[in-house]
Formats: sequence, structure tokens, C-alpha cells
Amino acid sequence: MACSPDPRLDLAAYARSLDCVHCGLCLPACPTWQELRLEAESPRGRVYLMRALAEGRVADPAAVRPHLDRCLDCRACETACPSGVRYGELIEATRAALERTAPRRGAAAWLVRTLLWQLVARQRRLRVAFRLLRAAEAMGLRWLGHRLGLLPAALAAAPPLPSQRAQRPLPRGLHRPPAGVRTRGVRVALFTGCVMEPLFGRVHRATLQVLLANGFEVVVPAAQRCCGALLVHAGHADRARELARANVAAFAEADVVVDNAAGCGCALGEYGHLLGDARAEAFARKRRDVTVLLATEGLSAAPAPCRARAAYDDPCHLGHGQGVRTAPRQLLAQVPGLELVPHARPEDCCGSAGLYHLLQPDLAGAIGRRKAASLVAAGVDLVLTGNPGCMLQIDSHLRAAGCERPVRHPIELLVPAT
Amino acid sequence: MLRPVSNLERELVRLLGAQRVLADPDSLLAWECDGFTVHRSRPRAVVQPESTAEVQAVLRLLHAGRVPFVPRGAGTCLSGGPTAGERAVVIDLLRMRQVLAIAADDLYAVVQPGVVNLDLTAAVRHLGLHYAPDPSSQSVCTIGGNLAENSGGPHCLKYGTTADHVLGALVVLPDGRLARLGDPAGPRPPGVPDLPGLFCGSEGTFGIATEITVRLCRDPESVRTLLAAFASMRDACRTVSDIVGRGLVPAALEVLDQSTIRAVEASVYRAGYPAGAAAVLLVELDGPESSTAEELEEVRACAAGHAALRIELASDPAERARLWKGRKGAFGAMGRLATDLYVLDGVVPRTRLEEALARIAAIGERHGVVLNNVFHAGDGNLHPNISFDGRDADQTARAMAAGNEILQVCVDLGGSITGEHGVGSEKLDHIGMMFSPTDLEVMARVRAAFDPDGLCNPGKALPQRAACAEVAKWPQMVARVLGEGEGPA
Repeated sequence: MACSPDPRLDLAAYARSLDCVHCGLCLPACPTWQELRLEAESPRGRVYLMRALAEGRVADPAAVRPHLDRCLDCRACETACPSGVRYGELIEATRAALERTAPRRGAAAWLVRTLLWQLVARQRRLRVAFRLLRAAEAMGLRWLGHRLGLLPAALAAAPPLPSQRAQRPLPRGLHRPPAGVRTRGVRVALFTGCVMEPLFGRVHRATLQVLLANGFEVVVPAAQRCCGALLVHAGHADRARELARANVAAFAEADVVVDNAAGCGCALGEYGHLLGDARAEAFARKRRDVTVLLATEGLSAAPAPCRARAAYDDPCHLGHGQGVRTAPRQLLAQVPGLELVPHARPEDCCGSAGLYHLLQPDLAGAIGRRKAASLVAAGVDLVLTGNPGCMLQIDSHLRAAGCERPVRHPIELLVPAT
Repeated sequence: MLRPVSNLERELVRLLGAQRVLADPDSLLAWECDGFTVHRSRPRAVVQPESTAEVQAVLRLLHAGRVPFVPRGAGTCLSGGPTAGERAVVIDLLRMRQVLAIAADDLYAVVQPGVVNLDLTAAVRHLGLHYAPDPSSQSVCTIGGNLAENSGGPHCLKYGTTADHVLGALVVLPDGRLARLGDPAGPRPPGVPDLPGLFCGSEGTFGIATEITVRLCRDPESVRTLLAAFASMRDACRTVSDIVGRGLVPAALEVLDQSTIRAVEASVYRAGYPAGAAAVLLVELDGPESSTAEELEEVRACAAGHAALRIELASDPAERARLWKGRKGAFGAMGRLATDLYVLDGVVPRTRLEEALARIAAIGERHGVVLNNVFHAGDGNLHPNISFDGRDADQTARAMAAGNEILQVCVDLGGSITGEHGVGSEKLDHIGMMFSPTDLEVMARVRAAFDPDGLCNPGKALPQRAACAEVAKWPQMVARVLGEGEGPA
């Protein structure tokens, strides 16, 4: 059967779909297949549908779009795939092709676009937006809206914002290790991203503190912007490229770029693919997750003791996306008093997945409940994971399960005793 | 886009609700094929019942309208078994995934058909038990699918295939009535036919099992897994013959050839198989500590006697899992070689493995196809894999022609055209190599005893002409037995 691929999907992405030989080993790795048990909601089924789209065999692309929308882009299928299908690239290219040829209409689509283009990608606006949201929540507006039935399901289901005291902006520019700390003579540039600062500003401060205490010089470039991951996932690759170019330029001077959000890190590591030029490739090569940097270079400052039974949960874009699984565990093992307890399926998605928990609240809720159940069953009193969305989602589902536990970024446990 | 809704669709939605009925033709593309991607066809609809009663209601409706249907599990079949014809409705059983009962002392479990093979073992592991048949796809394939195909797997050398592990089944017949086949309690009384045995391997053509009673096995006291690498396939095959010839019964005896090793090592399932070897033999021994220790030395001696390049013993469960991981991921890993993969399944007498492999290699060369071998050496069950580009008509034709000749070689050597993947739609043209028209007619009569109207997975397992024979009158005995098992309908 000779089919000429639809030019709307780029050929490289089409070729990737051909790597799949339909063996099915990816099915059990997929959270949406586990939940819905439908072929069209499995990686193999979605690859097949994307291939059919590219071959022009789909009569109405709008009919298959919901199946692609329900993909979390968690990449668990890439970890399971013996044939090496690069699923993430495939679904992102397909979403971009669909967005290009059949842009979504309607209020929801407008809202998402506005959110992505006007807010997420712009630090200052985002900060203001979060301040307003917190104020609204404090006044009980969400509760009210929910009671009056005025709130869309997505917002009603959104996790509560973590409380955060007003903080001074993270100081830009160069930071040197404090007096008395032996410097390593290595300067790293810190990538700060978009939502980590307004949601979990403490994680950036902890990252800075740990790096400095361990003898690194840290520079926080002022011209950096959002990584663009959410845009890529939603099929707005062109907009993402603008951000990527700005970041490549902002970090041009740096020898090493460190990031502390799995989703951002994964996207930064794929700039080479996104932009397709040598500078972007070089940028992608010099970036790493902060836990990878610290695990390879070794801790010189002992973390403060922390007596707790803790579970480490792999963020998808760290484990599946970057193949980083041992570095955070190895570092956490050095925290005095901390007992790392295994829990079922730590590599499974928690259902946060960028904007997914807002756009697919039912499915994200079911997947989040699974995650909470596995953590509750392990009987832990602290949960560790390295991505702001996951922190928020796990926190909210533990609360919903009546089992509230602190959820922290691993870097927060590496802060030395003062 | 608005689409006319058929009466059938409306009725199905009335029975199951809109969430569990898929009839949008574009989404249905995802159900076009199983692991045998050469044959594709889009079903008319997909439904997902969640109980025996729902399966009965759906089948009654389809039977009344004379609409053909096809049961389906996880779709990892390699012979087109669950691929539906265009008029057929797929009965997708994945949502029936409960382990209904575990009888640890009596060593059996009752499961719904959508329970994943490995999930069953996970559910009984704490009791020191496991479910023995272990197809490569065991992390995803279902017990219902295993029952339909009489699936095998590496450990079937010692423990037997699915048929040896199914004690009974509650079956919804194609007209929606309910029949109970077999019984987990004790030996079968004399004079009662082995109906579970008959049902097992019927490839979804006899009805839909909604409760399956399977045997559970106790975990062995000790397990030893050994890898031996060889410079030639001949040495590997002779080692296999030697091991079996000495009266040893390993739990598994698996061989991977050089190109398979390379594909596996390039994949996420890399197992550390030596890249330079022409063949790798995996041997697993299980049983009491004392006997496996002794057998291990014998196996070692066999391998050494055939100039093994390297012999490696898995020292702990993690290492053992690693060695098996490569074998289980082998089919998928071959996806790295070309866009499509034709996984063949044939059997030859074990003593003729060497000859069969040589002839298969020659066939591959003559047709100019990329061919790899990974096989259950202990029982002579070969899996020659042909990599090809399904978009190229010539390549596809050559792959199919080579496959055809390979199956002929298996039959010529005294073997079979399928060891465990089934006939499905793939081997309809080959079944005549093995069976006479009379043999086929007997099979068609048995099938008609279960499905006189020919609605259940039509066009599979038996060529249509055999099914056309006069079949409706014969099987009164079978019908009576089935009738007795009927529950409240």
C-alpha cells in the first residue's frame, strides 16, 4: 500500500511514526490506557492515528483530536518502547500541524492561547496574575464561584495555590560562595523558568543556597525567559521558538546551565531539535538538572539532618524525558536521618502535565488519585519530586485523600545546616 | 462533523452507554490491526462491556441482527486473530479486568478475560504463586487473549501452554446464552469431553469467555538462569539437543541470533548480550535447590562441550530479570530495522533445528529479505522475523512469499505452521499444508456446534470453504453438554 504522507505533518515526524511495529509493549506504561483501556487512548493507538493523519486517511481530523488531546506527553511510552519511537517529538509535531492547519476555535481555545501567549511567557504579568489569584482565593472567591456553579470544571478542580509570603525578586546577576566556603572555580547559570518563582519561590532560593554552599558561583541571567515547554506541548511551536532563541542568547556566556524544574529542563534539552541550529545544540548540551550537576560533582556541604520517611517520585520529564533517575535518589541518600521508602510505580505520571490538569480535569483527577493512593500506601510522611506542576498536583491529591503531607523539591533537603 | 447514527449504534449505546461504544470511523482506525499489520480492516464499531450480563446483552442484539463480531483483548496477537472484518463489531474486553477469586490452597484463580497476564502473577505473588504461561507480551496481553490463542511462551517448555493451565470457563455463546465449560474441582469425570481444552485455542470463534478459571503454580524453591554465547548457530543448536538429550527439562531454553542480539542491545531492553556472538542461548532451571545446582553443572558442561565463547550465570533476581528483559523485548526491538515486522511462528522437531535454520536462511537470501531468528529452542518453536517496508508492495510480497516457503519447510520437516500465534487471518492459506479437507471439515463441525450462524470472528482460523460443509446437524452431544451449563439468561 503506497501512501504519500500528508505535507501538513513534517516528514521527519512521519518517519518517526514508522518506527512503531505495533508490538503493544507501551500500553501498560501509558496512564491514559491504564485508566480508559482503549486502544485509541494508548501510545500505540495514537501513533497509529497520527500516522493515518499524515497519510491522509483520516476523513475528519477533529474526530481523532480528542485522543491526541488526552495524551499527557509524559513519555512513559518512550521508556517502554523497544523500537525506539520518539513519541514526544511525534505528538508535538502532530499537534503543531493540527494547530497550523485547523486552529481551534471557541472560548476555551482562546483562553488557553491567551494564557500561553500573554501570561506564561511573560514573567511580570504572570507574577501579577498569581498575586490576583491568591487574593481571590484568600477572599473565598473560588469557593463562592464553585458553590454558585459559576466556575468552569477545570478551575473548580485546579489544585489550591501553595501559600507563599511576599518575597523580594530573586536577585539577578552574579552570586559568589559565602566567606568560608571553598570555591570550585565553576560558574553555573541558573534557569528560573515561569511558574516556579510565583508558585515555589523557595525552591529557587534553596537551589541558589545549595549551589553557593557547595562552592559554585551562580549567575542568574536577567534576559532569560520561559522555556516554552507548554507552548510546544500545545502545538504552538513557532511561539516557543521565539522564547528558545531568547534563552539561547541569554545563556550564551554560560559554560553550564542548571535548571530545577523537570519540564523546563526537558524542553531546554530539546532546543537543538526545536531550533535545528548549532547554537541551540550547544545550549542543549551544556544544560543539566541541578541534581545531575550535584551528583556528578559531589556534595561538599553536608545537608541538614531531616528525620522523615520520604518517597521520591520521578517527574516524567526528568525520568522518562531526561533519563535522570539515580541522581536525585543518590543525593537524597546523603541527607542524614532521611529514610527513602519505595512506593508503587514512582515513574508513573501524576496527571499534572502542564496545563493538562486544567484541560482534562476528569482524567487528570483519576491519574492523580492513583498517584496519591500509591504514596499513601507506602506510609510516608514526606514526598519529594522535582517539578512545580507535580508538586502542586501531588499535594492537592494527598489532601483530597485526607492524607496531607509536605511535598518538597529534592534540592530543598540539600540545604546545609546553618 | 455530523454523522448519521445507525440503528445498531443506537441500540448498543442503549445497552452500554455512549462512553463505551465507539462508532466514529476515524477513531476506529486505531482498531484496524493487531501485531500482524499486513492485514488491516476497520471494524464497524467497538464496544466495551464490563460484565457477563453486558456481553450477553450485546451478543443477543448482534445475533438478532445477524451482525458478526470479534472478541479482542490487548491486540498483541501476531496472526490477525482480533482484526475485524468491515461489518464486524469488536467486543473489546479490556475493561473486564477483575481477578474474581483466588483459591491459594487449591491452586487456581478465576479471572475476567481482560486481566493482563503479568497482573495475575502480581496479584498472587505474595502467596508464593504465579501464572506459568509467559508470552513475550505478558506485560500487556490478556488472559482472555491467551485462552483464545492457546498462547505459549519461554516457560511452556516445562510447564505447558495455556491449554494446560485453563481449568474452566464461563462462556457467552454467540447467541447470547451462557455455558459453563469445565470445572476446577478434581479430575474430569470419565465420559465428559474436555470442553475447556476444545475452547482453548479456538481463536475467538466459539464464543466469549467472561470468567476463566486458571491454574496457579507454586514458585520454585530455586531458579538459575544461565546465558551461553556461541560463535555459530550450529553450536547453540547442538547444545540444545545435548541438554534435552541428557534428559534435562529446563524451565526455558531460548535462542537469539546475531542480528536479534544487535537489535536488542540497541534498544531500551538491552540486556548485555555479547555483541560479537552468532547466537545466545538462555537456559533457565528451576526446582529444589539441590537439583538445580546439579543440573546447572550439566548444562555448563554441555555448553562448554560445544565451544561456548562465554557462560554467564545470573547472580541475583535483578540480573535474571535483565537477561529475560532482552528476550521479551526482542520483537519490538526489531522495529529498529524496518517499518514493518512479520513475526513468523512455526515448529520443527527439535532435532532438526539446525537444518531448518539453514533452509530458512537460504529462503531469506533467495527473496532478498532481512531475516532474524529468535526462538523457543527447547520445543523447536521457531520465530523467523522478516523486516520489511509495508508501504512497498514488492517488499511486502517478497516478505509474504518467504514466509510461505518457511512454513512449508516446517511442515516438510515434520513440524507445524504455528506453535503459539494461531492461524488467524494470516495462515488461512497455509492450513491446508497440514490438514486434509476431512480434517478441516471436522474442525468446522466443532466450530459450528458453538456458532451455527457463523457470526463469531468469521473468516479466521479456518478457510471459509471448510466452514461451508454441512455442519449444523452433527454435534448434538456437544450441544447437550453446552445446554446443561446454561445459566439464567
